[in-house]
Amino acid sequence: MAWDKFFAMGSYAGFVWPALGLSAAVLIALLVASLKFLKKQKAMLARLEADMPKRDRGAES
Amino acid sequence: MFHKFANPTRFLRLSTALTPWLGGLTVVLLTVGLYFGLFRSPPDYQQGESVRIMYVHVPAAWMALFAYSVMAAMSAAALIWRHPVAELIAKSSAPIGACFTFLALVTGSLWGKPMWGAWWVWDARLTSVLVLFFLYLGYIALYNAFDDRRRGARAASILALVGFVNIPIIKFSVDWWNTLHQPASVMRLGGPTIDAGMLTPLLLMGGAYAAYYLWVLMLRVRGELTAQKVRVLQMKRARREES
Amino acid sequence: MSRFLLVIRRELRLALRQRQDSLMVVAFFVLAVVLFPFGVGPEPNILARIAPGVIWVAALLAAMLALERLFQADYEDGSLELLALAPAPLEVIVLAKVAAHWLTTGLPLIAAAPVLAVLLGMNADGIGALMIVLLIGTPSLSLIGAIGAALILGARRGGVLLSLLVLPLYIPLLIFGVSAVDAALGGFAVKPHLLIMGGFFLAALVLCPWASAAAIRQALE
Repeated sequence: MAWDKFFAMGSYAGFVWPALGLSAAVLIALLVASLKFLKKQKAMLARLEADMPKRDRGAES
Repeated sequence: MFHKFANPTRFLRLSTALTPWLGGLTVVLLTVGLYFGLFRSPPDYQQGESVRIMYVHVPAAWMALFAYSVMAAMSAAALIWRHPVAELIAKSSAPIGACFTFLALVTGSLWGKPMWGAWWVWDARLTSVLVLFFLYLGYIALYNAFDDRRRGARAASILALVGFVNIPIIKFSVDWWNTLHQPASVMRLGGPTIDAGMLTPLLLMGGAYAAYYLWVLMLRVRGELTAQKVRVLQMKRARREES
Repeated sequence: MSRFLLVIRRELRLALRQRQDSLMVVAFFVLAVVLFPFGVGPEPNILARIAPGVIWVAALLAAMLALERLFQADYEDGSLELLALAPAPLEVIVLAKVAAHWLTTGLPLIAAAPVLAVLLGMNADGIGALMIVLLIGTPSLSLIGAIGAALILGARRGGVLLSLLVLPLYIPLLIFGVSAVDAALGGFAVKPHLLIMGGFFLAALVLCPWASAAAIRQALE
């Protein structure tokens, strides 16, 4: 496999690789942000539930 | 079945179970799709290797429209039936859809520059996708603009529905107007006109992006449902501390 | 119909009491347009070329200025709730408010436009088309803007948000309005563009009051 030719993308490298790279970057960033959002909420919930005396916890949805 | 999932707890259980599968599906489809797209598909006889941008541009555009449609449908459900989970699905779709629209615009620019000689043209397709991007931003801004969260949700839902007129405009803009953007070659009556060697990776990447959308959607909806529980407990704690 | 006229009369009376709204809108319109020769350079060819777009955009922005207050005052003092409970359907009341808004802001803009067109060096064919375009277009601006105005009731920093919400919806009008005037200046047929704008207006006439009323009801809950 001629890696040089592959990376050159027929002289369109300056367009193809940024397009692929940016897509990857944005999608990964969104994924990470969403995971962190979920993690943070779960941590807050755990902390609040630990604080609560047992009898209050069962009442909510 | 739709109303069965109005129960947040049941939906939370389902989405938690689905999440790892969706993640796995996304990774598999992406890997296979990129492999076929970059190594096993032909360059276009007119556009050369730059056609490979299609494999990230078109799926992003498809998902941008799909996410908005989901957002609008869920907004309607939230307004009509007060479906609590539908509202959160709509809210969670917005940032994902906005990212897809952004990617569609930027990768489109990167494809357009070598092909058309211009980073941007004000033709019907590009302009209406730009409008879509602003609609997403407006939805998110409106949702967060109110102190009363439910009021923000309802206002944003109405906006989502009003903006839905833009979706058919985007889809059919290449047919209705003389545009620089190429006309539909996949989703059309009479079947796709695109070369089979390119259709396969395109569909694989389309599937990958769809799986990604659902994956991140589940994560965000779970986050929103958990946030709801947090708020309930916070209120209880505040009430307890008062007494 | 009589209720419609009644509400219009009320709105007009209220609007005329605050004449500064109309003046502010026209003043902004004039100032915005006048800035362009300073920014772009006074060369007549360039100015004449961009004149239709500049005037349309300035009219659009000026119309948006007064939109925020379309429902705000009534919302704050509780009269919007009373209007919502009134026997006349809320859609009719919205239509009446929009009509009053257009009469007090759209019409003055249309009156000021020819002067500005001359200032930018537009020739007579263009000015005629511009007037018609503004006549058909500005009511649509008011109608679509009403939806935005209803959505932001009670929001923080609603004014800025209103622009973000409404401008994407204005873009099709902008495109057709400018292309109509360009067609007139180029000697092409103007009628197709005007028909499309007329179509927008009729669609807006039906859909916007309905959407605005729904948004108002949500705001009042």
